[in-house]
Amino acid sequence: MDQQVNTQDVLKVNGLTTYFFTRRGVVKAVDDVSFTVRAGETLAIVGESGCGKSITALSLMRLIPSPPGRTIAGTVMLDGTDLLQLSEPKMRQMRGNKISMIFQEPMTALNPLLTIGRQVAETLILHQNMSRQAAQARAVEMLKFVKIPEAEQRAREYPHQLSGGMRQRAMIAMALACNPRVLICDEPTTALDVTIQAQILELIVELQRNFGTAVILITHDLGVVAETAHRVIVMYAGRKVEEASAEELFHRPLHPYMNGLLGSIPRVGLTKRATASEHVALQEIPGIVPALNDLPIGCAFAPRCPNAGDKCRAAIPPFEEKLPGHFAACWHSDVGAKVPT
Amino acid sequence: MGSYLIRRILLMLLTLFGVSVLIFTLLRLVPGNIADILFDAAGMIDPVEKQKIIRELGLDQPLVVQYMQWISGLLRGDLGFSYISEKPTIDEIAPRIPITASLAAMALTLSVITGVPLGVISAVRQNTKLDYALRVFSLSGLSLPSFWLGLLILMGFVHWFGTIPIYDRNNTPLEQLAFMLVPAMAVGYRASALIMRLTRSSMLEVLRQDYIRTARSKGVSDTGVNYDHALRNAVVPVITIIGIEAAFLIGGLIVTETVFNIPGVARFLVEAIRMRDYPIVQNLVMFIAFSVVTINLLVDLAYSLIDPRIRITD
Repeated sequence: MDQQVNTQDVLKVNGLTTYFFTRRGVVKAVDDVSFTVRAGETLAIVGESGCGKSITALSLMRLIPSPPGRTIAGTVMLDGTDLLQLSEPKMRQMRGNKISMIFQEPMTALNPLLTIGRQVAETLILHQNMSRQAAQARAVEMLKFVKIPEAEQRAREYPHQLSGGMRQRAMIAMALACNPRVLICDEPTTALDVTIQAQILELIVELQRNFGTAVILITHDLGVVAETAHRVIVMYAGRKVEEASAEELFHRPLHPYMNGLLGSIPRVGLTKRATASEHVALQEIPGIVPALNDLPIGCAFAPRCPNAGDKCRAAIPPFEEKLPGHFAACWHSDVGAKVPT
Repeated sequence: MGSYLIRRILLMLLTLFGVSVLIFTLLRLVPGNIADILFDAAGMIDPVEKQKIIRELGLDQPLVVQYMQWISGLLRGDLGFSYISEKPTIDEIAPRIPITASLAAMALTLSVITGVPLGVISAVRQNTKLDYALRVFSLSGLSLPSFWLGLLILMGFVHWFGTIPIYDRNNTPLEQLAFMLVPAMAVGYRASALIMRLTRSSMLEVLRQDYIRTARSKGVSDTGVNYDHALRNAVVPVITIIGIEAAFLIGGLIVTETVFNIPGVARFLVEAIRMRDYPIVQNLVMFIAFSVVTINLLVDLAYSLIDPRIRITD
């Protein structure tokens, strides 16, 4: 988090709205989400499963399965070009080139029948006009870059011959091969061992520093967020509910949902005050995430919120700047703001 | 790899032994032998003459002895003589094999080059009008018996051209090939339909996989995703079916060779069964069984070429 963040906005997302039109009604997976990512910056999008964070990422890539999904409103400006307005062939030239993505499951995200080298080279052949041979050579370089030992040998191997961590490294090599402006990491470490997780995060941060890539990190793991993110967006039921710098958010969460999330992290050894006699009980957020095709009229979090009042159940709270650089959508954000110990 | 092959070949020999016992027994279970058939046809009733023939052909020997004689001959490459033509069995079978083999190869090739791409198109355009049309087309292929289809085609020929194509040994190879196209289509339709259905469902399954999304996220075009990434994965189960269909084809060929009057082994086999021409039937069945197990071995070896996860280990 100490690296320099450029002030140049790379990606500006405004009012992104993606709905799924299903037989059981309209699922509002992403509803009016806006954010900006600068070069070299890491923006984390956090929230529970099904809060719309992955769909947000896929919407940026225009990879929403359609039908039933459709991005119905918003703009996604990448260096001044609105990705949502591009023709499909033009968008293909962007994917893997200017904006790439790595996925949660390195076990299944690589094609089992193609060699690692070929899969990395494919991006280069598609976007850099490289010959097959040149691309293969460059692919080996990329594999070395992501610290895969014996890269020449690994390039000739198939995904099943590599460990999960190695595969995720190969995915990163593939995503970064064309030096994209934006890298979207969708739960990049969730499927990995804890020790490997740290290595992969370190690698992403290091490469970001070298290339000045803007990173969007999607995760439900607040530990990962604390380690890598500059700024954080908290999503709940398809909407943005809070946004602040990572430091600010962890010290002064304004939305009761974020408060609940922080309370649900085991804090063993984190707080010096918690001695053996003084057990810190884990909090949980009562209730469940509402169905996205049947959202309450007011604040979506109201049914689970300890502070909810009539106003909360009647109208969706506006997303406002509550403190300098700290935004939240809550009628009671002053009540919800508790400084955690 | 070496010991795998040896194991497979031993297994093949065991299968062929089983087939030999089965066909030998089944033939003897069918009422009547060559002498009965000939005498019935000729209306002769001289039992002495009949016994003489039976003795000459060795049909009065115990079954075990008959079987041993056949197998030991087969192992020495001596296939015996046809009861009917009295020519060596090998001379009766060998010239007919290329005809049937080329017909079968043609039918299989046609079914693969139509079935696989149409299956891909059907999957990619799932639930469109094109998909429905292709599914009706493939369902028809599975439902239409090939003899009926063959007859329809012949009737079509008569209707539009006033004549039907006749197989002629003296034609140039190219003309023969052209002649065989129609029967090959008639017999290959079923396999084509099956391959198409399987390709479609296999493709639909593969297109949902994570690595397809990865390929799209890299900017691969639809064609690249469908053929380079998806089809390669989807084709593995299809290859199994191609192997099985190769065996099934023989059944279809019997009828098709009869309908189109093609002098191949399939039709010849039926004639030989009718006449209880044991040497022809037994040796021909062994040959067909040998072809089928060989094709299946080749199919199993093909897997490991396509899918690196299936590595043949000793």
